[in-house]
Amino acid sequence: MTPAQSERRVRPRPGNRLTLAALIVLAAAVLVALLAPVLPILDPDSVDTPNRLKPPGTPGHLLGTDEFGRDMLARLAWGARISLLAGVGTASASMLMGVLLGLHAGYWGGRVDMIVMRLTDILMAFPYILLAIAIVAGLGPGLANAMVAIAIVGFPIYARLVRGVVLSLREREFVEAARALGSSDRVILRRHLLPHLLAPVVVAFSLDVGAKILATAGLSFLGLGTQPPTADWGSMLATARTFVILSPHVALLPGLAIFLVVLALNILGDALQDYLDPRLRHG
Amino acid sequence: MSRYLLRRLLLLVPVLLGVSIVVFLVLHLSPGDPAEIMLGPQATAEDVAGLRAALGLDQPLPIQYAHWMAHVLQGDLGRSIRMRQPVLGEVLTRFRATLLLTVTALLLSTLGGITLGVISATWPHSVVDRLSTLGSIFGASMPSFWLGLVLMVCFSLWLGWLPASGMYGAHGAGSVADLLSHLVLPAVTLAAASMTIIARLTRSTMLDILRQDFVRTARAKGLVERAVVLRHALRNALIPTVTVVGVQAGYLLGGAIFTETVFAWPGVGTLMVQGILARDFPLVQGCVLIVALVFVLFNLAVDLLYAMLDPRIRYE
Repeated sequence: MTPAQSERRVRPRPGNRLTLAALIVLAAAVLVALLAPVLPILDPDSVDTPNRLKPPGTPGHLLGTDEFGRDMLARLAWGARISLLAGVGTASASMLMGVLLGLHAGYWGGRVDMIVMRLTDILMAFPYILLAIAIVAGLGPGLANAMVAIAIVGFPIYARLVRGVVLSLREREFVEAARALGSSDRVILRRHLLPHLLAPVVVAFSLDVGAKILATAGLSFLGLGTQPPTADWGSMLATARTFVILSPHVALLPGLAIFLVVLALNILGDALQDYLDPRLRHG
Repeated sequence: MSRYLLRRLLLLVPVLLGVSIVVFLVLHLSPGDPAEIMLGPQATAEDVAGLRAALGLDQPLPIQYAHWMAHVLQGDLGRSIRMRQPVLGEVLTRFRATLLLTVTALLLSTLGGITLGVISATWPHSVVDRLSTLGSIFGASMPSFWLGLVLMVCFSLWLGWLPASGMYGAHGAGSVADLLSHLVLPAVTLAAASMTIIARLTRSTMLDILRQDFVRTARAKGLVERAVVLRHALRNALIPTVTVVGVQAGYLLGGAIFTETVFAWPGVGTLMVQGILARDFPLVQGCVLIVALVFVLFNLAVDLLYAMLDPRIRYE
């Protein structure tokens, strides 16, 4: 990366209203998630059975109530914390595992490369969500176990990406020069190779967070992730399924929240990709 | 081609071996005794010991794997603890429903995606093209299980056109028309995201091809535009599309788990989720193994089809 590139700030391209709208949606979701404990909203777990399944616009319940009379707005706000944390947490864990394994596989080659690549081959021989479900089956249902499962099934993509980049870099002159100057393998890996991985890994990560939010919500929807009564967008959808005919809002609202946040993340990821890859930069 | 086929079949062996090890280890991920977990807190020590012996859990891990694998190779996936029946029969019965749903969704997404892609490329910036672009942005971000609920609310609750759940209705059970009416919403739900991806890829490939010299030559020869697009451009655009269709087939097989849950479709996905919640490990192992096996074989079929379509492709 040239100094000029590194000095640029990540910002929506002028005139790109879609990117700006995505940024606003995501910032709003993050703010709500962070400020949920201090926002003037009801307790998300407070049961009020006489007021169950009230439609949006009911006095005192802007977005209505769920099957136990719990405030939908409060549950959505608190659910944002878990959904965003799960997305960022699992994507970060996948990234760390993948970068570490891919870096070493690409740099050392030989047996290390063979083992890492066969491992990724085997994990990628399963449909992504099936393997996550299988791991949760072993570990037992729960948010932490669902996150572990999704992080494990997600690392091969990063490992392959990083290995590919390192393979093309390890024979380059600057690596040879560093070696000739007496740099150890550790220094070459950390100081010379790792910085080159930043752009592709950041792009992959930004696109991956949305996918991980969807996957975690999916496992919660199946009853394998967050367990009741904790508010989480996926588990809210799961319990709402039974009442969807009676009160569609209990299912539509959490799904809409997932959709908007993942859409915003995907649009921002694409914009970031365009920005960091000069070949894709418009104008 | 036969050498390539042989090579691909040989490469399948380590992958299948790896898949079987992962599926086997699923049972052993549990922190604690799987037999105790399966039987629950009220089980007696004798019950636990009996199940441990029945599952071979008192043996060293490699021996357990060898035993399990020997049974699997003979078509014995064990007995379901919950249903007290052989796992293979139950999984295969339910897998038919999953396959019907997945194949219908695959056909729908492929035909729909290619049609949309061709229209978008032939008339860029048209209403169809803009809607297709919008669909592709939305498709990647929309949880399929939510889309299913939205479609259910619209077409079952509000319009009352289609049934909301199950594979057959209580009345008129067994008829093809009944099955089809139940299949529409789950298949559309499952196909939606894949359709947008296939449409975008077909569009971009078609746009590239329509600019090439042989297309100009075909037009110069006086061929009608329809023949140029369908007979010359589309045939060439199909090669990359086949690869994406193959990838999407795997995605659909995995995604079917959610669609089945939304629409109470009696497939292997719902069976697996029931198995997990009931801690019925042999059943879960059987479901995962069969789905993974079909997934691997499907990928092989796509690779072979790809090599057949494009004679330049011979992987080394």
